[in-house]
Amino acid sequence: MSSRAAQPFRFTGCVELRQALDVHALDERELMNRIGEVPADSIFFHTFGYFLHHRSFTTAYGNDFARWVAIEIGDHALAERLAVVDPFAFSTLEALREHLVTILQDHLRGREAERRLEFDRGFHFQRSHVVEVPLGRAAETLVEFRAGLATIDESAIYLHTVETRARERRADSFAAWLRSELALGELAEKFDRIDPYLTSLERIRGRLLGLVDVALEEARR
Amino acid sequence: MSRIDDYRRVAIPGAVDFILKLVEQVKGRRLLHVTGGRLGGGAAETLRATVPLLGELGVETRWEVTGGDNAYYTTARSLQAALEGAERVLSEEGLARWVDMNGLNAKKLDLDADVALVHDTQPASLVSARNGGRWVWRCHFDCSSAQAGAWAFFRRFADQYDAAVFPMPGFEGRLGIPMYLVPPSIDPLSERNRDLTPREVTEILIGLGVARDKPLLVQVGPLARPQDPLGVVNAYRLVKKHHDVRLVLAGTADGEPERLELLSHLREVAQEDRDVVVLELPPEAHQQVNALQRAATIVLQKSVQAGFELGPAEAMWKGKPVVGGYSGGLAQQIITNVTGYTVHSVEGAAFRIRHLLNNPELIPRMGAAGREHVRRSLLITRELVDELALGVHLTR
Repeated sequence: MSSRAAQPFRFTGCVELRQALDVHALDERELMNRIGEVPADSIFFHTFGYFLHHRSFTTAYGNDFARWVAIEIGDHALAERLAVVDPFAFSTLEALREHLVTILQDHLRGREAERRLEFDRGFHFQRSHVVEVPLGRAAETLVEFRAGLATIDESAIYLHTVETRARERRADSFAAWLRSELALGELAEKFDRIDPYLTSLERIRGRLLGLVDVALEEARR
Repeated sequence: MSRIDDYRRVAIPGAVDFILKLVEQVKGRRLLHVTGGRLGGGAAETLRATVPLLGELGVETRWEVTGGDNAYYTTARSLQAALEGAERVLSEEGLARWVDMNGLNAKKLDLDADVALVHDTQPASLVSARNGGRWVWRCHFDCSSAQAGAWAFFRRFADQYDAAVFPMPGFEGRLGIPMYLVPPSIDPLSERNRDLTPREVTEILIGLGVARDKPLLVQVGPLARPQDPLGVVNAYRLVKKHHDVRLVLAGTADGEPERLELLSHLREVAQEDRDVVVLELPPEAHQQVNALQRAATIVLQKSVQAGFELGPAEAMWKGKPVVGGYSGGLAQQIITNVTGYTVHSVEGAAFRIRHLLNNPELIPRMGAAGREHVRRSLLITRELVDELALGVHLTR
């Protein structure tokens, strides 16, 4: 447990720069069609990215599509069906996109065309560019890692957990470093199993710290 | 003038350190802002705070201003109004004059920069004289329903930029360049938002002639139709049947005939009901607005047609629940049931105000949630982060 990494872990924060795609949906059918067409980055933004941009007020809807259907359309049955889609359960963004379209297709089958919203209440598709910000903090041991984890900007929690998991950049994840540099395979496994869905970045931080504390305590015994 | 370390006590923990780290990625790059003036609110107000801050952080940042003759300003104002969707007659001569004057501005101003951010309409055609660097059109208004002819004319210039930035999704016009989103923000250390002592609040309200012997409902904003002050009066009247409250409508009326007519109507209302207070304030009455928002029990922003309007953010920063209209950026700022309510009608506004007055424990709870929401999402420190990230993204 007191091992020292050959390659230190470098904590990196991020800023999510949002981009408007000039793609809009004014009713549920149009939402379905647009979800089928937009770049995969946009699906990522409106699902995985949800709790980065909603930060402390997360969890009410799970993703932007469900939120819009509930608040603007008022179709609570569809909102519930979309809200329970856990993006982390899908191996690719295309699989997630397909699932969302299927839910909308099922829901809309046999329905008459619904009322269209005014433009300003429509669903405006976006994507984001993640600008990474090295935070100048590094860890070579688990104790140093814990100290960094406890205090770094919460955007680093997002980058090293959600972003790495969803965008297939696992080499930058907390878990990958624990596994490869400190040979803490069991702890890394527990990090990978943390469920980031419907929670906040601060709660994820708390859970990760809890796991590290248990590992440190066991090592002391 | 505030310094970056002053923001440590108001921004979320770590925000200033994060800015310092982000700044390292833009050091050595020269930023340029160009606006149509240095005074007034909106972009200029933000730049008055951020340009010195960036200088303090070691980022070379300049701020240039375009100018011209009366015809130039008149055309720029009309063009902006048309881009915001208002019907305006734009003459070919006037538009040509606007382009020519910006050509002269381009010769006079130092436009050499790695990233040039050109704000709103007046200086926008400067892009034709660009000479290196990345150019960004920073649009602070809603141009989604621009007049078609005006947009077709303006787009010739807008498409010459490398990117555009809009305050919120849905505000963008059709362009062939990447369009980014950076919401506006408030400066918590400005005269309009800084902490005031209870004594200061009391003295300012005495000066304004506003008694504090009953709960205050306060709406701050232009005394104009889009802000629906008459709707606010009607909502107040519905509330007044059940609660002894006082309504304060404070804002500017400027000289437009329609606004003057509305102001005179509101004054008649105030004469008939002494619990309605109408205050016509100059645009620079920041401390008075600050005190009114702090003295309010509930802040209203019942606009029926709004841009981003930062009134809710200012009020939430002062720990007040906000009952706002469902338009423009209001619905983006107010989190219904958490920091206040968005409403679609006079009756809806009255219902929510009564709900809060009948459940007074909700008022401080929502106020505290609102302050935290603003601290995280609507302070100038966040806008600075977004702009720096944009600079990094465009120049990497």
